[in-house]
Amino acid sequence: MSGGLIEVVSGGPGCTVQDAGRVGHRHAGVAQAGWLVPPWADAANVLVGNPVDAAGLEWRGPGLVLQVVRGPVRMAVAGPVRMEVSRGGGPARSLDPWCSATLAEGDRLHLGAAAEGWACLALGGGVRVPLVLGSRATHVRTRFGGLDGRMLAPGDRLPCHRCEGFGMQERRAWSPLALPTGPIRILWGPQDDHFTAQARAQLLDTDWQVTAEQDRMGMRLAGPPLAHVSAAAADIVSDGVVSGAVQVPANGLPVVLLADGQTVGGYPKIATVIRADLPRLALMPAGRTLRFAAVDAPTARHALLTAQADWQTWVSSLVLHRPDGWLDERALYNDNLISGMWRADP
Amino acid sequence: MNTDRDPSRPLAILRSQGDAAWTVEFGAGIDPVLHARVLALADRVRALRDVETVLAGVLDVVPTFRSLTVLFDPLRTDAEALGQCLLAWSERCAPAERPGRCWRLPVCFAPEFAPDLADLSAACGRTDAAVVEMLTGTPFRVGMIGFMPGFPYMTGLPPALARPRLATPRKVVPARSLAVAGTMCCVYPWESPGGWRLLGRTPLPLFDLQQAEAPAWLAAGDAVRWQAVDRATHDRLAADWARGAGSREAFLVPAEEVPCPAV
Repeated sequence: MSGGLIEVVSGGPGCTVQDAGRVGHRHAGVAQAGWLVPPWADAANVLVGNPVDAAGLEWRGPGLVLQVVRGPVRMAVAGPVRMEVSRGGGPARSLDPWCSATLAEGDRLHLGAAAEGWACLALGGGVRVPLVLGSRATHVRTRFGGLDGRMLAPGDRLPCHRCEGFGMQERRAWSPLALPTGPIRILWGPQDDHFTAQARAQLLDTDWQVTAEQDRMGMRLAGPPLAHVSAAAADIVSDGVVSGAVQVPANGLPVVLLADGQTVGGYPKIATVIRADLPRLALMPAGRTLRFAAVDAPTARHALLTAQADWQTWVSSLVLHRPDGWLDERALYNDNLISGMWRADP
Repeated sequence: MNTDRDPSRPLAILRSQGDAAWTVEFGAGIDPVLHARVLALADRVRALRDVETVLAGVLDVVPTFRSLTVLFDPLRTDAEALGQCLLAWSERCAPAERPGRCWRLPVCFAPEFAPDLADLSAACGRTDAAVVEMLTGTPFRVGMIGFMPGFPYMTGLPPALARPRLATPRKVVPARSLAVAGTMCCVYPWESPGGWRLLGRTPLPLFDLQQAEAPAWLAAGDAVRWQAVDRATHDRLAADWARGAGSREAFLVPAEEVPCPAV
């Protein structure tokens, strides 16, 4: 039992174990779950040398403190987060996101609040909780996956990989992985014909405000209510829904479904957010305003290919470096470089 | 809905669900003819997933009462070709004789499991025993699985027992509760909030992660007939399943024993 082990010292609400999600079980009513911002999670995984399907932590809101019980353990964070590491009784050292680091046994990692949406932490080897239907992703509503299907709490222990030593070089990105900018792009449908022409125009012409009513299941937007063609058109016989669906109940206010969203629903969906834009939508904190822009299928595909190309460019821009200071002091004595294959998969 | 059988309406409409899913819609209402078409297309897509190149990126096939949603990996799929293919198949797919699986599942109507039975019976002008007899004498059909993992939406409740959902939903519905609303029947696979009327409880886990191949017991298209059991039998079966000694196959019955609602 010589694997790495991390313990939650404090915090945990808003933090769950996630991975690429539980794919292929929607017909049994099982939501996909998984990372809300997959490009960031993939980036964190690449920084520590993991395959991109490895499980890690995702959190929003308050930060948390982790301690290495068995190490050393490699880690990296993607997202705008302040971090510090303390060793022994010594002073805390700040640590950058978008950069791997190797923590020794006993080190405490202070992860700051993910004030701007979400952040992802990758641990070397991935968080090794049991697979549930092929995935380690937590779905809190049905208490699936992760740690007993719940958010983390003090005392929780997360098994991961223990590094051979401190000889490896760390990986650093010169800049955060950029996500697309501009309006959130949508494809019309599946039930855009349940809405008046004015409502469809209004969807595109409104500065929608992201409300505090948001979680991993979905986010409610505030703005002028969208009118259905009739009162009856505000309800449909339930049919399949997907993440990104912009569903509009009778009150006219859109709710965009996210990774934990249910598999069927009885509200008409005026439009669906394209894959390339779902991650940055999920990142938007309450109070932010956004615009929607309607695109066609070729544009949606081009956006996805562009995001993939941007990802490849970011991965190939990573540099190896040796951190200064005590975080790698042992590397001087143990230059046992593990070259680690860089994974450039999307 | 009458419009669903309007001859001028196309048999199926392809609706966009973004750049990673299509929904083939056969109609707007709940209708066994539409459902049979949905299931025929679902069967076809599943059968050909490993054969047809255009289906290589398909990730999931989700049947509902009136539509089939097909989710795919947009980077591994020619979405336009897939959509046209689904549409062509839905025109050609005969709603074949599809027996589905037929189950006879135990349910206990003991008062402690059936807090809404007396009210429903009174509202329908019947005795509790008469309502139980109607429930157990009626074949139900699973229209879709959704809301929660393994949660079956079943049609077939006699209209004489149809009542709306509770005005105030319960914050906690006990796991494995049998419940009705309108002419539908369901089972809550585990504890959750819910507004349907609770009429009994099954000892069986309708969602079981130990059954990794098919964690949801029921699937769209299955037929279910309820069999009343007493509290002692309920408890014995529940204990069997809790220690992993249950077998789903033991509850299968030959199709002809359960005449499914007309298709």
